[in-house]
Amino acid sequence: MTEALRLDNARFLRGNAACPGCPIPKELDTLLSVMGKRTVLVVPASCTSVILGDTRGTPSTVPVIHSAMAASAAIASGVERALRARGEKDFNVVVWAGDGATGDIGFATLSGAAERNENILYVCYDNEAFMNTGIQRSSLTPYGAWTTTTPEGKREFKKPLPLVMMQHRIPYVATASIGYIFDYKQKLRKAKDIKGFRYIHLLSPCPPGWRYDSSLTVEVAKLAVDTGIWPLFEVENGEFRLTSVSKTHLDKSRRKPVEAYLKLQGRFKNLTQEQVQDIQRMVDEMWEEIKALVRK
Amino acid sequence: MQKARKVLALVGNHAVAYAVKQAKPQVLAVFPITPQTTMLEKLAEYIAEGELKAELVKIESEHSAMATIFGAAVAGARVFTATSSQGLLYMTEMIYWVGGARVPLVAAVATRAIAAPWSILDDHHDFVSKRDAIWIQMMAENVQDAYDLTLMAFRISEYPNLLLPVMMGFDGFILTHTMERLEVLNDEEVDEFLPPRKFNLIDFEDPVSIGQVADSSEYIKYRYSAMKAMENAKSVIEEVSKEYSKLVGRNVPGLVEDFMCDDADYAIVAMGAWSGDVREAVRRLRGEGIKACLLKVKTFRPFPKELIRKYLSEKKAVLVLDRAYSYGLGGVLASEVKSTMYGLQVPVYNFVAGLGGQDVRPTVIVDMAKKLHEGTLQEEVWLV
Amino acid sequence: MIEVPEYSVPLARPKLGSAGKTGFWRTSRPVIDYQKCTKCRLCVIYCVENTIDLMSDMYPRIDYDYCKGCGVCSNVCPHEAITMEPEVK
Repeated sequence: MTEALRLDNARFLRGNAACPGCPIPKELDTLLSVMGKRTVLVVPASCTSVILGDTRGTPSTVPVIHSAMAASAAIASGVERALRARGEKDFNVVVWAGDGATGDIGFATLSGAAERNENILYVCYDNEAFMNTGIQRSSLTPYGAWTTTTPEGKREFKKPLPLVMMQHRIPYVATASIGYIFDYKQKLRKAKDIKGFRYIHLLSPCPPGWRYDSSLTVEVAKLAVDTGIWPLFEVENGEFRLTSVSKTHLDKSRRKPVEAYLKLQGRFKNLTQEQVQDIQRMVDEMWEEIKALVRK
Repeated sequence: MQKARKVLALVGNHAVAYAVKQAKPQVLAVFPITPQTTMLEKLAEYIAEGELKAELVKIESEHSAMATIFGAAVAGARVFTATSSQGLLYMTEMIYWVGGARVPLVAAVATRAIAAPWSILDDHHDFVSKRDAIWIQMMAENVQDAYDLTLMAFRISEYPNLLLPVMMGFDGFILTHTMERLEVLNDEEVDEFLPPRKFNLIDFEDPVSIGQVADSSEYIKYRYSAMKAMENAKSVIEEVSKEYSKLVGRNVPGLVEDFMCDDADYAIVAMGAWSGDVREAVRRLRGEGIKACLLKVKTFRPFPKELIRKYLSEKKAVLVLDRAYSYGLGGVLASEVKSTMYGLQVPVYNFVAGLGGQDVRPTVIVDMAKKLHEGTLQEEVWLV
Repeated sequence: MIEVPEYSVPLARPKLGSAGKTGFWRTSRPVIDYQKCTKCRLCVIYCVENTIDLMSDMYPRIDYDYCKGCGVCSNVCPHEAITMEPEVK
């Protein structure tokens, strides 16, 4: 009689309210499997606030503190200080925040916590819009993307949040993609053992928001990296390092054309050929900047 | 043989800081705003000199200040922050969050007028604007009162199973920056009055998710339960003030304080520092044969309506002093007093003054009371 | 143990199926052809709902009580061993 193996030490329970194809349950399950049960999650207003259920039951198997949208990094700061003051050892305080709560309404709070080098792990799961309220653009929405507030395509560029966090000179900054889950997991493991403010920016595709069939979530998350649009890197004490397949992408011929990524998503279907070329050019320029960062 | 207590001369801000130090909080969040700044500076000094062992989070905004102490309180720490006017407004979202989540903690508000126009001087608008956030709100009359109230606030908020945050208000500049004589308790006495905090929601062996979505059949049950708790708080406040009074050997009132109301014809209702001016006015009026009294509202929330109605029901008339106004309706305190006296035939007059730090002397209050006695006072009078 | 009076602090404890038996959401269901399956475990790793269990014989098993039928497993399987079939009652 075969039985199910339980390989991980903390879980995000199934049967939760996430959309079919939404990677959040897997992203959180991975996070909890690395962090373990002595973890407090602080979750600001976002899709996850709803996925975490109602007063009748929650899919999280670790303590969670729901947070007002702008407040998560500050609440986490308080939790960490209090747990330490009461003598707790070997615990993790993790903020699990969407791109809106991180780059927009909670930006000052994030920057403040980073400047104070609070001993917390901040994971921004980026679905590139205010998704929970029905797909409105955020500062992390990419150029050209359709959202309900940018029906003609966003005119502005995606705020380079990982680089902004790098400039805060915190001990650890990394980007990740759910399409490269081992890279994500390894970065979590590394971050877990570092003291001080750690920031992981996780690309998290959204089927209803990005307009693609729910089965393509992992494929889209992989292509973001394979086209060079979403480079996987980490910055540890100022040292910039590409990771996973992104290590091969300094050579442009090893990057897939951006079109491979864009054509899968309905939110980019109204891009003109010129806009697609603009995006390709911007990606190529970004990789020139990355070359300079890697050499440093 | 009990150690003699120290008698100090401190400004209000420093008196509150002294009380906070004795309460031994573990996490403080500080963001400066006039007129509370010197309180936080004093706390930072205490920590730097080793007199207080606490995490001092130099937070980047007031909203984050309340968020930080909320997080710390949930994780089991005794916490504190202080703010004023613009800062209190900026942290309003988190004030409601704390009240709605029923997390016990203490915050001080140095009351101050709200912009626009800019003013750093005193009125009560900031304080009363939080009246529906499920917080206990109490105001101090003088520096001794501010010290006492701070200690009582910690005790009330941590009362077993009450689960309510406490906001202590004290008038900006009038109390924060005025030096008065006060007697402070010995550290050992405070340790006994404030045993270690027990409230905690983070248990890795029993994980819970706090602040969950509550659907339309559940949400109202949380608010109903909060209403019951706030009603219960009335007796808790009286119990704690009786205990504190016994400890200090002075009468420290809980919900309200009456000064000469037994045989009075007219009651003057006030909240905060100018209660002291009303006391003086009452003495002068009595000297001229007018039987006035002071009914001081010390606890603004939960509004002690039963007590207030009891004290005022036999009076010939009531004059309510207001430092905050609700447009279309009237002064905030007056409107609440009127609502409390619904059905009674006692006329309630409203005097609106002191907004934006306007100076209000006892002579002005005496004048109002005299007009009331002569029957020439209008229902609502502004000092303009 | 966290003990608070009922309806005081709004909180919840962990619960399997907090949104109900989400298997009811499906309009198509993934079916594993175990003849083609090579036990690579990519479906287990990538199932976004954490709804595929790894069995002690190292084969994957889909938990149909909670599988929402998104099709990611079918998309990531390198051997086309998972097909999406219409969910019919």
